[in-house]
Amino acid sequence: MTNVPIEGILLPNEKHNHESPTSWKEYFSFSTDHKVIGIQYLVTSFFFFLIGGIFAMVMRGELMTPESDLVDRTVYNGMFTMHGTVMLFLWTFPSLVGFANYLVPLMIGARDMAFPRLNAVAFWMVPVVGIIMMGSFFVPGGPAQAGWWSYPPVSLQNPTGNLINGQVLWLLAVAISGVSSIMGAVNFVTTIVKMRAPGMGFFKMPLFVWAVFSAQIIQLFGLPALTAGAVMLLLDLTAGTAFFDPAKGGNPVMFEHYFWFYSHPAVYVIILPIFGIFSEIFPVYSRKPLFGYKVVAVSSILIAVVSGIVWVHHMYVSGTPSWMRLIFMLTTMFVSVPTGIKVFAWVATIWGGKLRLNTPMLFALGGLIMFVFAGITGIMLSSVPVDVHVNNTYFVVGHFHYVLYGTVTMGLYAAIYHWFPKMTGRMYSESWGKIHFWLAFIGTNLNFLPMHPLGLQGMLRRVASYAPEYQFWNIIASLGGFLLGMSTLPFIFNMVISWMQGEKAPANPWRAIGLEWMVSSPPPVENFEETPIIISEPYGYGKSEPLTANLSE
Amino acid sequence: MKIQKILNILTLLTGAIAVTVTSLWIGQQAYSWLPPQAAAESLLIDDLISFLVTLGSFIFLGVTSTLMYSVIFHRAIKDDFTDGPPIEGNITLEVVWTAIPILLVLWIAGYSYQVYEQMGIQGPSEIVHLHNPLGMESAYAEPKDSPANALAEPVEKIDVLAKQWAWVFHYPERDITSTELHLPSDRRIRLALKSQDVLHGFYIPAFRLKQDIIPNHAIDFEFTPIRPGKYRLTDSQYSGTYFATMQANVVVESPEDYQQWLAQAATQKPSIAKNQAASEYAQTSNQSVQTGWVTVPPAAPPLVNSPG
Repeated sequence: MTNVPIEGILLPNEKHNHESPTSWKEYFSFSTDHKVIGIQYLVTSFFFFLIGGIFAMVMRGELMTPESDLVDRTVYNGMFTMHGTVMLFLWTFPSLVGFANYLVPLMIGARDMAFPRLNAVAFWMVPVVGIIMMGSFFVPGGPAQAGWWSYPPVSLQNPTGNLINGQVLWLLAVAISGVSSIMGAVNFVTTIVKMRAPGMGFFKMPLFVWAVFSAQIIQLFGLPALTAGAVMLLLDLTAGTAFFDPAKGGNPVMFEHYFWFYSHPAVYVIILPIFGIFSEIFPVYSRKPLFGYKVVAVSSILIAVVSGIVWVHHMYVSGTPSWMRLIFMLTTMFVSVPTGIKVFAWVATIWGGKLRLNTPMLFALGGLIMFVFAGITGIMLSSVPVDVHVNNTYFVVGHFHYVLYGTVTMGLYAAIYHWFPKMTGRMYSESWGKIHFWLAFIGTNLNFLPMHPLGLQGMLRRVASYAPEYQFWNIIASLGGFLLGMSTLPFIFNMVISWMQGEKAPANPWRAIGLEWMVSSPPPVENFEETPIIISEPYGYGKSEPLTANLSE
Repeated sequence: MKIQKILNILTLLTGAIAVTVTSLWIGQQAYSWLPPQAAAESLLIDDLISFLVTLGSFIFLGVTSTLMYSVIFHRAIKDDFTDGPPIEGNITLEVVWTAIPILLVLWIAGYSYQVYEQMGIQGPSEIVHLHNPLGMESAYAEPKDSPANALAEPVEKIDVLAKQWAWVFHYPERDITSTELHLPSDRRIRLALKSQDVLHGFYIPAFRLKQDIIPNHAIDFEFTPIRPGKYRLTDSQYSGTYFATMQANVVVESPEDYQQWLAQAATQKPSIAKNQAASEYAQTSNQSVQTGWVTVPPAAPPLVNSPG
């Protein structure tokens, strides 16, 4: 496989006439360097992660007592709506796109993404989405309050009577975010298919690249459904159409289909890159090749395929006929097969290795353990009779926070620490990293484990007040939530101080095998002075074969 | 070398036994995590949950103890910077651990299907606006010697109306309305669920049962209460500002008491029911942080024979 020039692609050497970023200004201006864009995504999304976290803590504050006594019910409803939206559309999606942006060209031996300008435009839409979302707090009536699902008819009720209201802004922001993601998906798929270094066949790609590839394919088939649903809802809300408005003869259940057809696979868009990150990290810190590399690679594609036929499991108790409930129960459960393969492969990779428990490894191990837990509750939820009981209760909230915090956010932290020396050219502080890990790990479990007994007892999600018997577990969850909020402080401190005055990082501080570790830290503007020629599979730990034929290791 | 191998097998065996025994114990604990079993369906669902918890604990403990074993015993020695053994895979092992989840999935799905059939809870009996033949579900599956259906006759029919934010129950035979759901125990109940405005969800945790209520759709829902007592019905599908207040009492009583209640309610003149959403809306709220963001006004409190 060689670098095939594609029409319309701006070749890197035509545009880069500047040095690698030397000042802060670079990161605040329009750049087409995939590495700058990657870091722009990461920093921007982390900012929104903090905002989403503050919303969460207001909610946990309200839930300390059974009564609705801290904030107005309208404020509470706005908080959980914006918490969900911000965490998904402004934290997990963009931060993972940030990593993909930074790492994919480096990992496949390319000089940049296929469409660098499109890449930059896609990034700059993220702050626009963020500004619209935050701006909705200042319109009369406040931000959207219909939950991040925005199910009609609640989302169609507009008590302010204004044309510009929180829900309209919300739909607008989600649509822009969708456009940005589609741009990104086109760019990633093209880059991975067309721009791999000579010798890098599909089965010589690192698993992170496989994961990004699978995830971005989901974006391509799923996002049009969500965008269509959002536009139809916007028309119902503003132009008086009746796609989903039952008062005018529309069908709200259709919206649920449009919404979940994308929004369940979206979970895999988020988690597949995390699986990729795990697959990169475990071999390095275990000093062993990734066990069953090919099976793990193919399982990513399998997850992408199965993800297209699971969405109805969100609607078992909606207007869904029995035959459909049962078919989707089976397809949903089958997701556990390719994910199970991955989990076993990671365990086998770690088994009998020479483990070093650096911060990235700790976060990856913690994330893996919490993912196994989430997978088990996921199987329970896919079973129709169990779901009939716990659907829309805190059991579900606990389950998906184990996925999205326990696994995704922990995986993101693992990645940030692992590639921090590469990105910044500095080492982070290991002891602060470990403090961060333990606070985050304990906080996550204190926060989200109590949600399972609460859900089994029947406590519903999205409630501002609840029956007094639920208070005990809610207090524990809230304390865990506050601890989780605090856990970000040592992280921020560590990142800022280390970036400014950390020890200089060598090209390959972890003695890792991978193209990105063969170039200096931080990498030069065009990544590789000469295009690498790949001669062996990745993860050759314990084997003495070189990865490339021309670059020195 | 031989002794080492025997020791390894012994360790593995001890570990496996410990994990199995612990999982079985945790599986039994699962019953205590759930509300009282007040409907025939809850017995079936709780058994299924206990089974899944047992299986899940086994997998979770198996994976985490293997990981923990590695973390404790497979650590690199301080100055050893060499690599571990370059084991890249094992086809037999990979086939086995692909086959195991597939078999487990089929087992779990089979058992879940069986429970679901026995529950016979039904769903949407018709889809009003989409004349979609696939949506036409024959609502009343044959009751076949299952615990849930053993008590099937006679069926008690009740209309349920959900609105922002109140529940109204109508007993068509006596033309009585109530804001408290009274149910005779050991009788099959058939509810006709309707919504006046937005999506709502009918959920009684003690029954383990839930069904969304969709405007313009008639949805029939069946179950069998078996344990007299007072329970809570809550709205399970987010329905707007006062969502959390949309609750009602469910009173399960003996058929005699139930008849007596019906007769007594029939003599009552309709009066205005108490409604938390309406009273909160009317009074200025006492929260610390107020924005005064406007909200959809609650529907007028219902007029009912039995305000509960």
